[in-house]
Amino acid sequence: MQTPRTLYDKLIDSHTVCELDGDGHVLLYVDRQVINEYTSPQAFSGLREAGRALRRPESCLAVVDHVNSTEAIRVEVQPDEGGAPQVNYFSKNCADFGIELFDILDSRQGIEHVVAPEQGFILPGMVVAAGDSHTTTYGALGAFGFGIGTSEIEHLLATQTLIYKKLKKMHVIVNRQLGVGVTSKDLIMSVVREIGASGATGYAIEFSGATIDALSVEARMTVCNMAVEAGARGAFIAPDEKVYAYLNNRPKAPGGDCWEAAVKSWTYLKTDEAAVFDREVIIDATTVQPLVTWGTSPDQAVAIDGKVPSPEAQTDPLKRKDIEQALSYMGLEPGTDMAGIAITHAFIGSCTNARIEDLREVAAVVKDRKVADGVRAMIVPGSSEVRVQAQLEGLADIFVDAGFEWRQSGCSMCLAMNDDVLSPGDRCASSTNRNFEGRQGAGVRTHLMSPAMVAAAAINGRLCDVREITEQ
Amino acid sequence: MKAFGIESGKIAPMLAANIDTDVIMPKQFLKGIDRKGLGKGVFFDQRFLPNGDLNPEFVLNRPQWNGAKFLAVGPNFGCGSSREHAVWGLKQIGIRAVLGTSFGGIFFDNCQRNGLLVLELESSLMLQLGEGVSSGRIKEIEIDLPSQKINLGEGEGIDFDIDSIRKESLIQGLDVIGGTMKLMDSIQKFERRHLMENPWLA
Repeated sequence: MQTPRTLYDKLIDSHTVCELDGDGHVLLYVDRQVINEYTSPQAFSGLREAGRALRRPESCLAVVDHVNSTEAIRVEVQPDEGGAPQVNYFSKNCADFGIELFDILDSRQGIEHVVAPEQGFILPGMVVAAGDSHTTTYGALGAFGFGIGTSEIEHLLATQTLIYKKLKKMHVIVNRQLGVGVTSKDLIMSVVREIGASGATGYAIEFSGATIDALSVEARMTVCNMAVEAGARGAFIAPDEKVYAYLNNRPKAPGGDCWEAAVKSWTYLKTDEAAVFDREVIIDATTVQPLVTWGTSPDQAVAIDGKVPSPEAQTDPLKRKDIEQALSYMGLEPGTDMAGIAITHAFIGSCTNARIEDLREVAAVVKDRKVADGVRAMIVPGSSEVRVQAQLEGLADIFVDAGFEWRQSGCSMCLAMNDDVLSPGDRCASSTNRNFEGRQGAGVRTHLMSPAMVAAAAINGRLCDVREITEQ
Repeated sequence: MKAFGIESGKIAPMLAANIDTDVIMPKQFLKGIDRKGLGKGVFFDQRFLPNGDLNPEFVLNRPQWNGAKFLAVGPNFGCGSSREHAVWGLKQIGIRAVLGTSFGGIFFDNCQRNGLLVLELESSLMLQLGEGVSSGRIKEIEIDLPSQKINLGEGEGIDFDIDSIRKESLIQGLDVIGGTMKLMDSIQKFERRHLMENPWLA
């Protein structure tokens, strides 16, 4: 009898071309790669300089997302001139190497990790790599996705493989029901807080349990997306009927007999009962509260009814210094109530939380309400298709009536590589994934939270518990 | 890729936890299509004052650590974004190795691909090393990759572990893609079978 295996083992084994040593390095076959304009240029230059061909153009999808403007009126010429060389070179590379490109004016353009699932480009059982750390998102479909750097992109483009070291395996089991007003964003932020920003470094995480089963596919994407903020180099959920229903009839998903055969094969994509993980973490979903970050690392979070922590409580001098530094950057005093901290900006967007379900949650909070005076509130949909869908459903009107800017799709102020940058001292409630120093602009203070919580903060002008607004 | 054999030089302390790649290489330096000029961007918001002058307080601007070739770093160094620009920039200011307890996974791989040695040390060892470097007791070190030894001076030394595949690649400064291309027959054979068994992947 074969040794019981985890889903991770099965995915890696089925993609191993050969073992390279006795330390766990393998040559890993990669089924799909998604590329963007900012981490790929030097990879293409490398291919050109070495005179190497692209091994498998049909495995590759190219999307412009990081540097493009999100101005409501979309034009080919970008207001931010800095991004133009990358967009132009990207376009040339895709044309020269025969790669399908969703450029700025394409109706399918959007954030790569929103677009690729939306198009059915990612399927269960695939190994997917992309030049972006949030490639873990694809785990929600039962694929194994992970981020790579530019040199690895070049290796992948030339060989369709990567030299890969097998990870340790962590099982995160979440049971019972999330409370009303508590979302999958709060759940993954709780996991990150619980195990720490490097708690899953060197691991792949498999999520399972009744809570995970109950989540929609989009909500699962939020969970897998942000697992990288705990250091995980891969995070996935065994595919189920919800995943098949999500993928069926998507433009790039297989059809007919091929679809039937695929679904049949996907039912084997699960961890064997007796398989062993290196670490297990159990979460009771009823204990998860709406969270907000107070610091400059995604694990520095507290429930919205909590307080800014005191460095004094930390006995390790290095850790105390980290907290002091974070509070100094964030301009917060220990002991301050999180609820009530005044904001200048509210941002809803990113590959973590800008899908149609996220926008529906936001609309439910802001309908018939107004953004507080002095707050600039923006919504950047995850893709151009999400934007159109939100318009058809009347969500866009709700946003505009409430005083939100309703923008075009892109990564935008999640990392502020385009012209959506804030100024020093601004304080932003954000549905994104990283509250690093300078992430949304030098000296900008970012508080991470769920999209519904951002919406509540925008209406209130201060951080607040979304449940208090929706119960009014 | 520049080969790594025996290297010696100054070591500087950057012991805060979770120093991410956004801090190492801020967004405004990511818009190039080549690797040029990234030395300017490394730790930009810390290294320079708002008026553009060097920040004398920043660790790498202090006389005792200026020109350091090695960094003793805190846990989870290089976490966050996949941007390889962070590694290109560190190389451009002359950093040859980073020593710490844990690293962002993508950063770790990016360093390896660029000949920048990442050493993962036990936390007790790292604590001692960090204290020695911060206090100025340990100023210069020598890293001997072939022998897997760090010489701290005055007879003090640390042995370290490294996977042989990484070690050989760094010592020889290998063209990794060229190496994998030699396995192309196996890749093609694997691919034919893989796509036949899973036709929806074709």
